[in-house]
Amino acid sequence: MNINNIKKEFPIFDEKIQNNDLVYLDSANSSQKPKVVLDRINDFYSKKFSNVGRSIHYLAVAATNLYENTRSSVQKYINAKDKNEIVFTKGATEALNLVANTLGQAILEPNDEILITELEHHSNYVPWHFLRKSKNIKIKFAEVNEDGDIPIENIEKEITNKTKVIAITHLSNVTGAVLPIKEITQLAHSKGIVVVVDGCQGGPHLKLDMQDLDCDFYAISCHKMYGPTGLGVLYGKKKWLEQLPPYQGGGGMINEVKKDRISYGELPNKYEAGTMATAQVIAFDQSIKFLESIGIENIVKHEKELIEYGQEILKKNNSVKLIGNPKERGGVLSFTVEGVHPHDIATILDETGVAIRAGHHCCQILHDKLGIPASARASLGVYNTKDDLDKLNDGINNCKKIFDLK
Amino acid sequence: MNLKELYQEIILEHGKNPRNLGKTENFNKDAKGNNPLCGDNVHVYLKLNEQRKVEDISFEGSGCAISMASASIMTDLIKGKSDNEAKEIVEDFLGMIKENPELKNNILKEDDKTKLMCLSGVKQYPMRVKCATLSWHTLVSAMENDGKETTTEN
Repeated sequence: MNINNIKKEFPIFDEKIQNNDLVYLDSANSSQKPKVVLDRINDFYSKKFSNVGRSIHYLAVAATNLYENTRSSVQKYINAKDKNEIVFTKGATEALNLVANTLGQAILEPNDEILITELEHHSNYVPWHFLRKSKNIKIKFAEVNEDGDIPIENIEKEITNKTKVIAITHLSNVTGAVLPIKEITQLAHSKGIVVVVDGCQGGPHLKLDMQDLDCDFYAISCHKMYGPTGLGVLYGKKKWLEQLPPYQGGGGMINEVKKDRISYGELPNKYEAGTMATAQVIAFDQSIKFLESIGIENIVKHEKELIEYGQEILKKNNSVKLIGNPKERGGVLSFTVEGVHPHDIATILDETGVAIRAGHHCCQILHDKLGIPASARASLGVYNTKDDLDKLNDGINNCKKIFDLK
Repeated sequence: MNLKELYQEIILEHGKNPRNLGKTENFNKDAKGNNPLCGDNVHVYLKLNEQRKVEDISFEGSGCAISMASASIMTDLIKGKSDNEAKEIVEDFLGMIKENPELKNNILKEDDKTKLMCLSGVKQYPMRVKCATLSWHTLVSAMENDGKETTTEN
């Protein structure tokens, strides 16, 4: 599939949004959905629907097969060793909560330390914060440098003999920094530290190879990967998923239930209690196929060109200050405009169909560090073009005009 | 939708040069407000004298042009009013921002009402209504001085 002509695969770009063509620059928040994914949802509900993993009638078996096909596709896409290392969750947030909660129950002791970074999204901080209260766990923050990167030295110097877990983003949703997960994992494992990766932005923008990264856990947000909402994937090494306790109790996750004892099911059922987001899982198979049909190498190349172009035009715009200048930037251009608050920028851009995000992007720690309450963020997807970035720049110039800035 | 209606001259001017910005001396009531969705925050200080009159009022905070202009205009109009008058103006303003086409109070002069009506453009931008109302809700908390932080999400 040719990436330069990909917009037509997404029905939303045929719509007029407030009489404008849509310039969607909010994919780090959530991506748009290709027709194949939408068709699969409709097809499943209208022609093939049944719950999975329980009944033995024809539809139930067929639906179960489709559901499990997605697990195999995900396994292959992220190069996990074992199919049972793929757990479906209601989102990356639930995946990270699952890991924090079960590691908290099973291996963490009072005064143990969790090392996170100043770049983390709230969903990779708040779940660990719960353990401060429940288990008297300490949280330390590896410092972000002025380029918006976390150099590995900044991680190394926060490690003590109490550090049990490093929980870290693969790709910052604000500065766009891509962190060296493989090297961080090597360092962590040499000291017996568990590595948990927030892969929300890594998923859509980077080639994923779990066996190469060697991290212990990796959380994926399917709706940012051209898939449906309400679905995440937790990759966890088998040794961990087997060892850790279940997260939620209910149907589907049990082996045997008696009045005096309960035993739990095998992986991955152990972590998939209750009726799952069946249609979403089944449709996500199409998202993976869509990504594979373009090729992640082509996506990375396309987005790199756009990021470079975006940086170039925004750097020329004298009122714009780009946030971060990381060694490797993926998918995200956050910025401020001197004299115009990000909310005003977002409203003014919206008037011409340019959709960006304004705010702290669930990264208040980072914005405090930067000394700004909010920023504007343009984030990319496979469907974006240089023309979209020109329209972003035109919109910023319109802000300057309205606010009477030179 | 009309950007010109939202970003009227007077809003841009107040947004750029907010009045009563800072911490007023000898304040005896104050409250903080924040909008957790965007991280905007405001701190309203007021000096309510023995006759229950707002002798001085100011605010600190950061936010978009709408929120800064709204806080600026608010402090300008509330200064010198009694606490009951202030509450009536707040209620009238919030009613106007949400649904009423006009302001109904008889406390403000016509040109002050015109100034306040400039904020009515946010009606067309539901996501921005909170920017305009945060400082006003915070003023009410300050007058009640219940020590609670105001948030747009409760």
